[in-house]
Amino acid sequence: MRDLYRRFGGGLTTLMVALVVFWIIMLVVLPQLLMIDFSFRPNLPPSKIGGPDDVHSWANYATLFRNQVHLTIFFKTIWASSLVTFITLIVCYPMAYYLAQVAKPQRTAQMLLLLVIPFWINEILRTFAWWIIFAYAGPLNGLLTALGILDQPFRWMSGNGVVIVGMVYAYILFMVFPIYNALESLDRNQIDAARDLGSGWLRVHRRIAIPHAKPGIATGCIMTFMLAAGSYAVPALLGSPGSRWFTEIIYNWFFEGGNWNQGAAYAMILLLLCLFFILLMMKLFRVGLADIAK
Amino acid sequence: MSQNVELDKVVMRFGEFTAVKGISLEIKGGEFFSFLGPSGCGKTTILKLISGFLDPTEGEVRIGGTSMRGIGANKRPTAMIFQNLALFPLMSVADNIAFGLEVRGVGKAERRKRADELLDLIALPGQGDKMPTELSGGQRQRVAIARALAVEPQVLLLDEPLSALDLKLRQHMRAELRDIQKRTGVTFIYITHDQGEALTMSDRVAVMSQGTLQQVATPQELYDEPATAFAAGFVGENNRFAGTISAIDGGFAVVDTPAGALKARNHLGLAAGASAIVCVRPERLRLSGTGSENGFIARLKSRSFEGSFLNLMAEGPSGELMVQVTNDGALPAFDPAGALPLGFHATDAVIVPAEAGHA
Repeated sequence: MRDLYRRFGGGLTTLMVALVVFWIIMLVVLPQLLMIDFSFRPNLPPSKIGGPDDVHSWANYATLFRNQVHLTIFFKTIWASSLVTFITLIVCYPMAYYLAQVAKPQRTAQMLLLLVIPFWINEILRTFAWWIIFAYAGPLNGLLTALGILDQPFRWMSGNGVVIVGMVYAYILFMVFPIYNALESLDRNQIDAARDLGSGWLRVHRRIAIPHAKPGIATGCIMTFMLAAGSYAVPALLGSPGSRWFTEIIYNWFFEGGNWNQGAAYAMILLLLCLFFILLMMKLFRVGLADIAK
Repeated sequence: MSQNVELDKVVMRFGEFTAVKGISLEIKGGEFFSFLGPSGCGKTTILKLISGFLDPTEGEVRIGGTSMRGIGANKRPTAMIFQNLALFPLMSVADNIAFGLEVRGVGKAERRKRADELLDLIALPGQGDKMPTELSGGQRQRVAIARALAVEPQVLLLDEPLSALDLKLRQHMRAELRDIQKRTGVTFIYITHDQGEALTMSDRVAVMSQGTLQQVATPQELYDEPATAFAAGFVGENNRFAGTISAIDGGFAVVDTPAGALKARNHLGLAAGASAIVCVRPERLRLSGTGSENGFIARLKSRSFEGSFLNLMAEGPSGELMVQVTNDGALPAFDPAGALPLGFHATDAVIVPAEAGHA
């Protein structure tokens, strides 16, 4: 702190610190505290707010466990997000390994650019692109029927499958970059040394590359899982009524049910789930917060 | 006895660039063999060709008489010590050493036993549970050797493994490497740009320059009878006198140089009329007045006293000269800017061809 004052002078440093404090308190801590407070209060008409009925209770949280449909969707969201995370990992690890260790630097730069370009386009538009691809009269069905693989068009967007495909696509970068960063620092000689000692490629990955990439894998999995669990656009566009996501229920509480208190409780449950997932990943991969922050 | 390694007209091209230009030689089983040359001479490429990380564009590498073409690094009877050692930082020392055995499906208890034996061999008993980062530079070096020896290779390839160590440790490790090689009988192929390492450790040394072999010889031959101007200049210091051979006299020849007609050993049998360079080691140049046949006058430029000997830098008739005078207790007083009469015995100098094309 004294260092900052010496370097930037009193006025500027005070301004910077004030802005950071404002940002943390006003934009991060207060809204969250407000939501926590909301989640424990009953949903009352304006005239009764602050009255004798306005007491804190766990009632809003209990709702989830009494509503069989919501509970099913909650667990569906957990496993589907886990599946999205897993598939994204399977897709991204070879890609990251290729970019970090196999491709020449110029090729790596080209490929990274190609990976990033689609993400200059809004997420909703990209999701719509998949909607078009999977549409009943869309190009995928057209191709498959033309090739004779399908007799008649298939209704792709009737289950969770397309939602998962759309999410894997949407979150590829969040998985590729952490793993790529981790693998890039892997000394090529270690791979060569393992090869030289007789190791096959599977073992090189299992014993050398993947352990080295662990912090990157953990970071990628955490990011992907949280984004998947908290995604709204992809399930809303590519999903069907039968493949609803937990975020859609939260949205409904807020904007259609008009029950912010109930929505806040659901949102808190989702937040707790994500925190739990982070801790689980850190435990599973035996990495600390410092490793992930890298 | 371990297997030999043969290079048969090996050529390695990377696009337009030819890194190895047709090299043939045989490294005997159980030999300590060094490739010596400046960086970029192709010596590391040779190592990669033997270890299997590269396959030659032309020619063949044979180990124990078997062609290695198309056989990957993981299938060859070689093990490599990398320049930066490349120990696996996330594995314990014992797991590092036993990695090659793990690959070969050796059971856990047996692996641990072998690792402990090798730790004894490299004088690090009981250190198996440490992580590589907890060891000193010299200890890591020894672990890398143990890891390579664990797979019982026929040939051990070493890529300048001592270059990261400080001078004292480096000298200690030279003796240790030599000792391990003698005890295990494994063929050692050592890559270095440090002539001191090559001369002190090797049975034979191959001097390389720009993808070609300059000379393959024992360290002493290399020092006393260089085959090319490059070998003469790269291995040890040499004073050079360029000129033309004017007469042949048995095993000797006379070369006309700016320093006069100099007589030296013609160990390569060069013919009269050829452009040649007379090479004299600094310690073989003598202060004149001792009746040597090849006498000339140089001008003393500077001197540095090293204790057991005295180094003189002088300007001779054909460029700078270096003279090393042994401190025998009777060093003469030198005129700081005066004339320095020098000379050498014909038997103390050799003649090499002026062009480097003798490979």
